[in-house]
Amino acid sequence: MLELTFFNVTNGLIIGAFYALMAIGLSLILNLSGVINFAHGGFLVIGGYLAFTLRPYIGFWGALLVAPFLTAIIGFVVERLLIRRLYGRDPLYSLLLTFGLAFIIEDGTRQIWGANGLPFSVPEALMSPLSTQFFFITGYRMFMVAMVAIVVGVLFVLLRYTRIGVRIRAGTLDLETVAALGVNVRALRSLNFAVGIFLAGLAGVLAAGQIGLEPTMGDSLLMPSFIAIIVGGVGSLTGTLLGGLLIGVASGLTAVVFPSASEAIIYVMMAIVLLVRPRGLLGEEGMMS
Amino acid sequence: MKPELQKQTKQWVRAAGVAAIWAALISAPFWMPLFGGYTALGTRVLVLGLAAMSVNFLLGFTGVLSFGHAAWFGLGAYGAGFVLKWAVLSTPVAVIAGTLLGGIAGALLGALLVRRRGVYFAMVTIAFGQVFYYIAFQWSSVTGGDDGLRGFERQPLDFGAFSLDLLHNDVYFFYFALFCFAVAVTLMALILRSPFGRTMIAIRENERRARFLGIPIEFHIWAAFSLSCFFMALAGALYALLNNFADPRVFHYSLSGDFVIMAVMGGMRTFWGPLLGAIVFVVLQDYISSVTVNWMSFIGILIVLIVLFFPRGILGLIEQRRAA
Repeated sequence: MLELTFFNVTNGLIIGAFYALMAIGLSLILNLSGVINFAHGGFLVIGGYLAFTLRPYIGFWGALLVAPFLTAIIGFVVERLLIRRLYGRDPLYSLLLTFGLAFIIEDGTRQIWGANGLPFSVPEALMSPLSTQFFFITGYRMFMVAMVAIVVGVLFVLLRYTRIGVRIRAGTLDLETVAALGVNVRALRSLNFAVGIFLAGLAGVLAAGQIGLEPTMGDSLLMPSFIAIIVGGVGSLTGTLLGGLLIGVASGLTAVVFPSASEAIIYVMMAIVLLVRPRGLLGEEGMMS
Repeated sequence: MKPELQKQTKQWVRAAGVAAIWAALISAPFWMPLFGGYTALGTRVLVLGLAAMSVNFLLGFTGVLSFGHAAWFGLGAYGAGFVLKWAVLSTPVAVIAGTLLGGIAGALLGALLVRRRGVYFAMVTIAFGQVFYYIAFQWSSVTGGDDGLRGFERQPLDFGAFSLDLLHNDVYFFYFALFCFAVAVTLMALILRSPFGRTMIAIRENERRARFLGIPIEFHIWAAFSLSCFFMALAGALYALLNNFADPRVFHYSLSGDFVIMAVMGGMRTFWGPLLGAIVFVVLQDYISSVTVNWMSFIGILIVLIVLFFPRGILGLIEQRRAA
């Protein structure tokens, strides 16, 4: 029982780290641009499939580095061409636009790479279990968590200590003032969007190594990411990180006692948070209320 | 033209338009086959149109975007299915039970949601909508899981002296659905004309001002949300009867998205727009999915084009033209 609990909690943490990676990208875009990016799962899929295509040429490590950047470039172009036009309009429109984009991406993926799942193998070195007793902690899982930790850590440092990072954080709180101070808000939003999509692309490559590739793989990861944001509090990236880890662990723990509710539990958590603390764990009072 | 006269003409045009809509709906089973349509498609348009109008009741007239309304639609569908499968073999009872199930659940959960606004509200409604999707998916002993809820069918409508076979006669069922549609739509129109409806519009136009006037905003939004859930659940119940089947996808957020698209495409500031949007959307989807496997891309591109170039929708565009 203890071992099972340990297994599920670890598993939950790993999944939670993954949710957090997705959710932080979503959260960045939501905070600065007020756009709920429904196509985030689609960009994740693009990242994974690009890595699949690149892998034979530049290997796993090369694909891991390059695919997220390519995804970010696609995201940047999409922002420039489509999403940018909708800033300042009712959020309904950007929501619908990304909803339509998600359709196009899913169908496009199916068209290019086929409707059936594809395998995405990771290097042997990462596949072996770390110990015989805890066979479930494969190197790859640890690697995923480490990657998430590094990337999120770097992102937080960049946001805290670089000029652009400070501007992004300031823009989250009051974009108008930031614009009035002479910051090019349009460029800032484009860059911020691309960073968010980069995280989605990276999540796609990492997920591909764990569960393989499927055109609909982004779909099942999108909802938990929304919930991570709501639980953590809109407007706070730290909150989003915390929210992702929390719902991961909660669903891991639930899997011990009542496996079929392990997915439902995250919604229960969301309901509790909305009842007890509507702004989310670390959310600002009045932020997008 | 004198302003007075102009106003009168406008009212006449409007009345004539509404009369034309009803005439077209009532005679639909007779003219649809001429254009290659079939009665079940007409019923589908009617049911999804009612759903889109319910979403728009909230979105277009209170200015609150719910992106999870498929939840109440789905509850209506499963509610009606449960009643027919296990409780009472009666179509009206099933419809009423489905409507109550979805409506009451919506009203209860709505109380949790109404303090949120804008994007945040949309996000919370999406997430809540998915709860029911998972329940329907996981709790397969009751809901049939992924295979959906089967084993029920529409029952004849018994009037004592005679009875109408809704199951085998598609036209009868069309008129049954049209009757429910008419009741719901009339109710919607009456609500929107009432002081309560005017208050909804005031909240849409300027929430802060409405609050200063002493209007209890949260209560009004909650009431509008709940009413729209009841209408939505009615549409869902009819949908289950239409297919004699309900599967978890009726809860999925992509269906919620479809409803919002129908409302926007038809014109979300207009009363009849969503019905028009539903007609275009359903017929297009039916047609495109029969000619190409890439129908998802077409729908996606259609959505993008509407958002970028026709945000007012078809009816909105027409009204704008007329006003100019």
